[in-house]
Amino acid sequence: MEKRLQPRQEKRSVLPAILIICAVLLVTVLLDNILPANTFTLMLIPVLRKGAIYSLVCVSMNLLNGFTGLFSLGQAGFMLIGAYAYSIFSIPADQHAAVYQYFEGGAVRFSIPEMLSGVLGPNLGSFLGAIICIIIAGLVAAVFAALIGIPVLRLKSDYLAIATLGFAEIMRAVFQWNGLGRITNGSNLLRKYTAFTDINLRLGSLNIKLATFFPFLIAILSITFIVLLINSTYGRAFKAIRDDEVAAEAMGINLFRHKMYAFIVSSFFAGVGGALLAMFQTTVQAAAFKTAMTYEILLMVVIGGIGSISGSCIAAFLYIACSEWWLRFLDGGKLFGMSVPFFRDGFRKVVFSVIIMIIVLFFRKGIMGDRELSFRRKPRQSKGKEADANG
Amino acid sequence: MSNILEIRNLVVSYGGIEAVKGIDMDIEQGKIVTLIGANGAGKSTTMKAVAGLVKPKQASITFDGKNIVGLPPDQIVAMGITMVPEGRRVFPNLTVKENLRIGGYLRKDNLSKDLDYVYSLFPRLKEREWQLAGTLSGGEQQMLAVGRALMAKPRLIMMDEPSLGLAPLVVKGIFDIIRTINESGITVLLNEQNANMALKTAHWGYVMETGNITMQGTGMELYENEQIKEAYLGKSK
Repeated sequence: MEKRLQPRQEKRSVLPAILIICAVLLVTVLLDNILPANTFTLMLIPVLRKGAIYSLVCVSMNLLNGFTGLFSLGQAGFMLIGAYAYSIFSIPADQHAAVYQYFEGGAVRFSIPEMLSGVLGPNLGSFLGAIICIIIAGLVAAVFAALIGIPVLRLKSDYLAIATLGFAEIMRAVFQWNGLGRITNGSNLLRKYTAFTDINLRLGSLNIKLATFFPFLIAILSITFIVLLINSTYGRAFKAIRDDEVAAEAMGINLFRHKMYAFIVSSFFAGVGGALLAMFQTTVQAAAFKTAMTYEILLMVVIGGIGSISGSCIAAFLYIACSEWWLRFLDGGKLFGMSVPFFRDGFRKVVFSVIIMIIVLFFRKGIMGDRELSFRRKPRQSKGKEADANG
Repeated sequence: MSNILEIRNLVVSYGGIEAVKGIDMDIEQGKIVTLIGANGAGKSTTMKAVAGLVKPKQASITFDGKNIVGLPPDQIVAMGITMVPEGRRVFPNLTVKENLRIGGYLRKDNLSKDLDYVYSLFPRLKEREWQLAGTLSGGEQQMLAVGRALMAKPRLIMMDEPSLGLAPLVVKGIFDIIRTINESGITVLLNEQNANMALKTAHWGYVMETGNITMQGTGMELYENEQIKEAYLGKSK
């Protein structure tokens, strides 16, 4: 989906990239509005939506793990923060009593999409309201990242991973704590907020559903931002830190500050991803944001190739499609009409694990390695060939 | 001529073990000064202390009359001191050009003139502009490391063992470049184990042994010195 912009080809590859993005967005609109609802589209559409969300989350993790060399495992924690921030600000006012039934209707009594709907009409109102809430979700996650980053980013490799993992677990516990119930609803669900199916466009008498368009739009915008960041001077500094911290420091790159930038940006987009996931699921509960979620994302990043944006996107879609759709038949108990004894609940996960082991064993660097999809044919780099030619 | 860098009573210790035991050094503006000594003599540590990469236990280090002890490395680079780290340490997964641009990271002005200057010093780098630095040969990587440091427009460039692990012919090329850089007005501080080449190139030399400076003099004086010949130049007895 995203292209690495090689300096010389930069201008030439921007236009096709924009065209492809527009085409993808158009297809998502058509999927929602033209295709009849049948068993095929009932599987395809949710997989696409979730795939777009996970693409974004994977790319945000790749920015840290693949491009800055910070092995962080806090992704689920920041998604949790984003999901909650989004939901809290978009539950309609008259639903508060029902949602926060154990906490006297909660502390936040307004809804941004609802307020905007009053001014701009229901369609534009919920569209813009959702976007504003998503940005708030990202910002809240970024603020948490800035605070947690001050102590944690002084740690290296494994220690950083443990600290961020711990942070995510603490967040999960804090959000379920009844003391904060008036904001987070304790361990109860948050629901009734603006979801994908509430995003529509009305043209005259025609109602156009944007439920698939919306996650794709947000994911594409966010991923484009991350790609531009990676190709900027900052991105170069991130990669320099990944390659060699000491040399980067000797070149005058302030290690702590740049790690902080990467951490904050990554967490911002994890928060955005969390908000989108909340919209997708229509309900949010802190208990669901387990460490296993971070591992799942990490797995997608590794399968796609650490340091490859397009790899992360491809892997996210493939992973989601396999786990939610293509391997579902393994749980059904039947193969080509015959009943197979060991095809029962959970067998899908066994097969899935085997596939992952095969990928990790035979595609060590993931599907894409650290390369990107590109329109032009790259001149093959003579890797290693010249390496020993001159001393 | 004035001293661009003055080091007084520099003490650096790693967890209680003193690697540098109170040395004084003066680096004259526009000169090539070399610091020779065996492994573990404290040469690299001295350089890292100047660059701000290790914190000295006590010291007074002035660059252009301004104290630089305790400043973070990025501020020291911004003042005009850059270091070519030991063992080259180019960024292997970045292209040659990206590596060079990282060298000028703190500069706000246009880098293209300096890129051209570096390419004129090292035409090989121009040929390999889009190649990943990790795929270069050792000599080319050393050229890249020097070019990268030059991109910061330093007034003092510190090179930590630039000849390490390179073929004799390549080493000669590196020293030619050091002279060219110096002639363009940049002061050079050179750490070397290859005392032969270093002393022939340098205007002034310091000899370091186990954390102390034991001798100093002009490059040729030290080169002719019997003790030095025995200890570092491999004179047959």
